[in-house]
Amino acid sequence: MSEPASASSSTFLGMPATAPRGVGHLRGDRPFPQAARDALQNSQLRRNLRHATTTIRGKSGRVIAELPDWQALRDAGSAIKTDVMSRLPELLVELEERVVAAGGVVHWAADAHEANRIVTGLVQATGSERVIKVKSMATQEIGLNEAFEAAGITPVETDLAELIVQLGDDKPSHILVPAIHRNRSEIREIFLRAMPGVDPALTDDPPVLAAAARRYLRETFLSTRVAVSGANFAIAETGTLGVVESEGNGRMCLTLPDTLITVMGIEKVLPSWRDLEVFLQLLPRASTGERMNPYTTMWTGVTPGDGPQNFHLVLLDNGRSAVLADTAGRSALHCIRCSACLNVCPVYERTGGHSYGSVYPGPIGAVLSPQLTGVADNASLPFASSLCGACFDACPVKIDIPSLLVHLRNKAPHAAAEKAAMAAAARIMDRPRWYASAQRAAKMARIAGRRGRGLPPPLSGWTAGRDLPEFPEQTFRDWWSGRTDTPARPAADPPSPGFSSGVSGSDGGSSAGRDASAGPGSSAGGESLAAPESSVGRESSASPDASAGRESSAGWEDER
Amino acid sequence: MSSRELILGRVRAALRDAPVVPEPPRDYRPAGANWADLDVLVDRLVDYKAEVYRVTSAEVAATVAGLVGEGGAVLVPPGLPHLWRPEGAFADDGLPPDRIAGADAVLTAAAVAVAETGTIVLDASPDQGRRIITLLPDVHVCVLRPAQVVASVPDAIARLDATRPLTWISGPSATSDIELNRVEGVHGPRHLHVLLLTD
Repeated sequence: MSEPASASSSTFLGMPATAPRGVGHLRGDRPFPQAARDALQNSQLRRNLRHATTTIRGKSGRVIAELPDWQALRDAGSAIKTDVMSRLPELLVELEERVVAAGGVVHWAADAHEANRIVTGLVQATGSERVIKVKSMATQEIGLNEAFEAAGITPVETDLAELIVQLGDDKPSHILVPAIHRNRSEIREIFLRAMPGVDPALTDDPPVLAAAARRYLRETFLSTRVAVSGANFAIAETGTLGVVESEGNGRMCLTLPDTLITVMGIEKVLPSWRDLEVFLQLLPRASTGERMNPYTTMWTGVTPGDGPQNFHLVLLDNGRSAVLADTAGRSALHCIRCSACLNVCPVYERTGGHSYGSVYPGPIGAVLSPQLTGVADNASLPFASSLCGACFDACPVKIDIPSLLVHLRNKAPHAAAEKAAMAAAARIMDRPRWYASAQRAAKMARIAGRRGRGLPPPLSGWTAGRDLPEFPEQTFRDWWSGRTDTPARPAADPPSPGFSSGVSGSDGGSSAGRDASAGPGSSAGGESLAAPESSVGRESSASPDASAGRESSAGWEDER
Repeated sequence: MSSRELILGRVRAALRDAPVVPEPPRDYRPAGANWADLDVLVDRLVDYKAEVYRVTSAEVAATVAGLVGEGGAVLVPPGLPHLWRPEGAFADDGLPPDRIAGADAVLTAAAVAVAETGTIVLDASPDQGRRIITLLPDVHVCVLRPAQVVASVPDAIARLDATRPLTWISGPSATSDIELNRVEGVHGPRHLHVLLLTD
């Protein structure tokens, strides 16, 4: 049984540690490719996601375009977060001091187990058997609802989407809108089935559905004495916490009960009050595509006569220190949970959030989940991306998610066969003679892997999800060695891929390769270059003359 | 070892590379960069389904009475200017939640408003009251003085006192949880009326 490296080092107290297994929702039951394959069969899911993400992209783009200084705000947001991470210990201590001075109580939770124990104990101490909850990624991450239920406490999710998930006995699939995979008629069915006292004449008109949730939760808001929330930010300088929301359920939970318990990841702290002027502009526009979300509540400790008179702040590590310890990966902690990267991701839009197996889906989840758990426990997630880069462009705090994905791919455990193949390839590519032979041998793959069939085992895994590129009939080396009747080309006019064969310069190697079907005749004239661009690049940096004499016109006979 | 020491130790160990970070650049429009444009505020409020009325101080009470209709119960915070109070309004002096929820409307002042985002900020001053009173009634009527309107979010942050309970309000209660479209009217007040004073 293998343990992630960082977990085994947790025996040294004080060393960064990943999130423990067996608690919370950071690990899926299945690798991403398997889960995604099932999700892709669900055409309703894909329609719902496409509709929702298309809507939000349009809204977000319009309100971002209204700000002339959006890029300057992104730069500031990114730099403030970098600054926060560099002096996290002092900021956390400062925050603690301010919250305590304002009448709050601060708890520190090293991992999900400890956070659940602390929060459950605080609720039990109030004597309440029910808590109202504001949507919070941190409490989903640690599986707080399960811990409540095990302790005989009933958690009531009050965010509309969370309520839909809870009543539907479902799992969240999006950071911002956990029920994004449900459309209005599915939501109506869930309400009719599971919402006590619902009007049987309920329609699927969104305002009617929202009104049903309002009626259902009103009495619960007024009669529950304990609330649990997350936090979008905490200001070290002032001890102020903030929750950004839309419906007013947040205001209800943060204002009405006697006791408020807030669970917050340690990375959410901001140094100064002024920093909010950046994040309150970035978050709503990137997240829901609004100039400002309907409601934001900010509170500092306890205010006599107004709101909860008992306030507890639980500061959660649960793997964050391990993320911070990775100098190349720590910027994932800059995430403000806006979900803009999900909404632009072509992979997320097709597979949905459940395929990622973690409460953090989409591009940021493919980075953050493996970092929090150790890459070995979420080894498939860094590969759940085409590296197209849309997430980087959309991120309001400029997290370079594609680079983080590549970084984590290198840390993921690779199969022995893959390692051996890569080592062999490296040796061959180091030796021109071996390489020439390998190129000829590669044409066998062209025969073995005819279009639509893929490669035979054990290489079939590679082609199961990819088209095998067609190999050109003639390699660059073949062409070079066979060009003796062609006059030497002036240096100013080098052969460029596609300059006469109609292959677009921007096309990838595979389409250049397909053009090889123009036949050997066009190549023989020396005017067209049918080799894939990638091989042109490799070859031209080697010394063609060295191999020219050794290579004959081998390869033509492979054409069938 | 306490969990506090454990976590702080882990975070310090994680930062063994001692990253040196320069002062963050703040090249965005700072506080004071722009004048507040009241027309922009009105446009943004209306866009998010608030209703806006431009009235004089003397017209506030009658306007509110007209909005709630005859016999409507209007709740006000204890420090609301007397001139604004509609006849028959009742003040919050520590009322229980059911009395507050029973009001047909609540009438308050505000601390700051942000033109660019169409946002009103309440800071629980005596003319705005406890947070609960603007939460439970279904109609919130908010009176804004022109001098309280600022251009942008940085202007508002500069004016506000972080240690007061703050509620930022942009339109009536809404949700984007059904197919990511904004729908007004969930748990908070379903109607937001803004009275922008002209004197």
